[in-house]
Parts: sequence; structure tokens; C-alpha cells
Amino acid sequence: MNPRLDEIWVYLSTTPLLGLTLTLVAYQCAWWLYRRAGFHPAANPVMIAVAILVGVLSLTGTDYQTYFDGAQFVHFLLGPATVALAIPLYAQLPRLKAMLLPLAGALLAGSLTAALSAFAIGAALGASTQSLMSLAPKSVTTPIAMGVAESLGGLPSLTAVLVIITGILGAVGARGLFAVLRIDDHAVRGFATGVAAHGIGTARAFQVSEQCGAFAALAMGLNGLLTALSLPYILPWLARLTGH
Amino acid sequence: MIGALTLLLVYQLVGEVIARGLDLPVPGPVIGMLLLFLTLVVRGRVDAELRGTANGLLQHLSLLFVPAGTGIMLHYQRLADEWLPLLAGVLGSTLLAMAVTALVLRVLSRKRAGEEG
Repeated sequence: MNPRLDEIWVYLSTTPLLGLTLTLVAYQCAWWLYRRAGFHPAANPVMIAVAILVGVLSLTGTDYQTYFDGAQFVHFLLGPATVALAIPLYAQLPRLKAMLLPLAGALLAGSLTAALSAFAIGAALGASTQSLMSLAPKSVTTPIAMGVAESLGGLPSLTAVLVIITGILGAVGARGLFAVLRIDDHAVRGFATGVAAHGIGTARAFQVSEQCGAFAALAMGLNGLLTALSLPYILPWLARLTGH
Repeated sequence: MIGALTLLLVYQLVGEVIARGLDLPVPGPVIGMLLLFLTLVVRGRVDAELRGTANGLLQHLSLLFVPAGTGIMLHYQRLADEWLPLLAGVLGSTLLAMAVTALVLRVLSRKRAGEEG
């Protein structure tokens, strides 16, 4: 680099502008690739954007904290976005009323299975306590999962990564799983996908059918709520029980 | 849009105050979501501005995960050490949860349909 460029870089790397702009540019590139891949779940835009950013930050020797000073403006919007989930949830109110009991039963069973089996498998294979607390809330949408992980003493940024992997695996695996179980009803398929694989699963379900997507959105909202309300009470108890 | 954004932030702030004030382990924005949901149920409608702003935010929800996801940089060592329990935990629990939810929902809705029919 000539001295001039060097000065510009020194200036830019200390302002929030660079981290913020990099985030948006990486996301635009990721979205373009996702569209080119015909919205295939394996080409998840979050995963691609993160890969681009990790590459750029590593190559330029920028540490995460410096990057996050700029990216925090995007990150902050997760709070109001979580509050905004009330609106699609409200739009499902008539369906919610009509199928209240079966949905409540399935939600409770699925939500507990997601968190407890993640904890059990992780613990059986020797994960650390902090990893287990980051792993347990991984089936719910990122802003909620990160908040729950934080209150459990896990690592929110690790949870964010695990949530995204969960969504991708759920979206890719759903079709095969429902074929094996012989479940054809789109309401049932959508609801199960939303409980287990949150927003990424929901996005996928909307591509299957409108009904499938609506039930997935409903399940995602309800499971977020149930997990946020139940895990902070259940997990510390479970951790004590298993010696973590 | 500014009005709706203000409303969302006010609900988040109230949620945060309740969570900290009552020492609840639930994230503040979740309490905000619950309060907004209850408000909508009581009012019985969502105005167009709020729906538009919420749709705008939620359409680009994936973007909002990117800064946190990039935090994977901080966890290389942990992922290298614990990749098996973490990956097996995520994969196993996701498929199990999907199967359990679907099967329970099918059984319960059939039972109910049977009772009503």
C-alpha cells in the first residue's frame, strides 16, 4: 500500500462506517448467490454472508470487536424485530383459536424435545457446560435464542451460529423426514418445521405451500415464546441434576 | 414508519424494564412481543403503518443475524474442540423435535376430529 492508502485505511478501520457497510455488502452478495441457487436451503444467505465477512476480516487482520463496533447498528435491530413478531403471530389468531389444544400439546412436546435432546446428546458426547447452555435454545429464532443463552450463562454469539446451522439442517431434512413418517398434511408439516427449525424452516415452508408456511410462522412464534419462558427455569435445574 | 418504529422500541423498552425490574430470566424484547400481542388482541386490529414496518423488519430478518453469526470467529477453538457434541446435538435434536411435533399434532387432531365427528 502507498502511504496515502495506508492513511485512509487507518482512518476507516477506526470508524463504525466500515463494519456497517461491510455487513450490508456481504449480505447483498450472499442474497445474490442465494437467488442464483434458486433459493436452495443449502445456499443460506446468512451462512454465505458470515463466510464472506470472516474471510475479509481474517485477511485484513481486523478483530471481531472492531468490526462489531460498526455492525452493532444492524445487530441492535434484532430487539425491535423480536417485538414485531407479535404482528404475524396476531395474524394467525383465528387458526390458533380453532386448533388450540392439539397445537398446544404438539408445541409443548416438540419444544421440550428440541431443547432437552440437544442438551442430552451434547452432554453425552462431552460438551462443556457453557456449550450446552448455548446449544439448548438453538431451535428458536435468533434474537430469542441469544437472549435465552445469555440469561443461562451461555455464549450468545455461539448460539447464533448454532441456530443458523439448526435452521439449515431442518430446512434440508424436513422433506425426507416427513416422507419416512408418512405425514402429508401441510398444516402438520409446517407446524413441526416451525417448532424445530424457526425462521429458516419457515422460509422453506412458505415455498412448499401457503398453509405450510402460515403454520410454520405460528409455530416459530409460539416456540420462541414458550422456550423463552420455560428454559431459563428448566435448564439450571437440569444442569444441577447432571452435574454441569 | 417512524411512528411504528417508536411503538416497537417503546414496547421493547417496557419489556426490558419489566425483565430487569422483576429480575425475570426472559429476554426483554420477548416480553415486549407478548405485550404487543396482547395489545393487538384487545384492540382487535393492526394498523397499516405498523404492519408495513413490521413486514419491512421481518423481511430482512436474515440480515440482522449476520453480525452475531460472524462472532463464530471468536469460537474457532471451541468449535475445533467440541464439534462432535455440538453438531450431533443440533442434528439429532432438530430431527427428533420435528418428528415428535408432527406425530403428536397428528394424533391429537385426529382424536379431536374423532370426538367431534
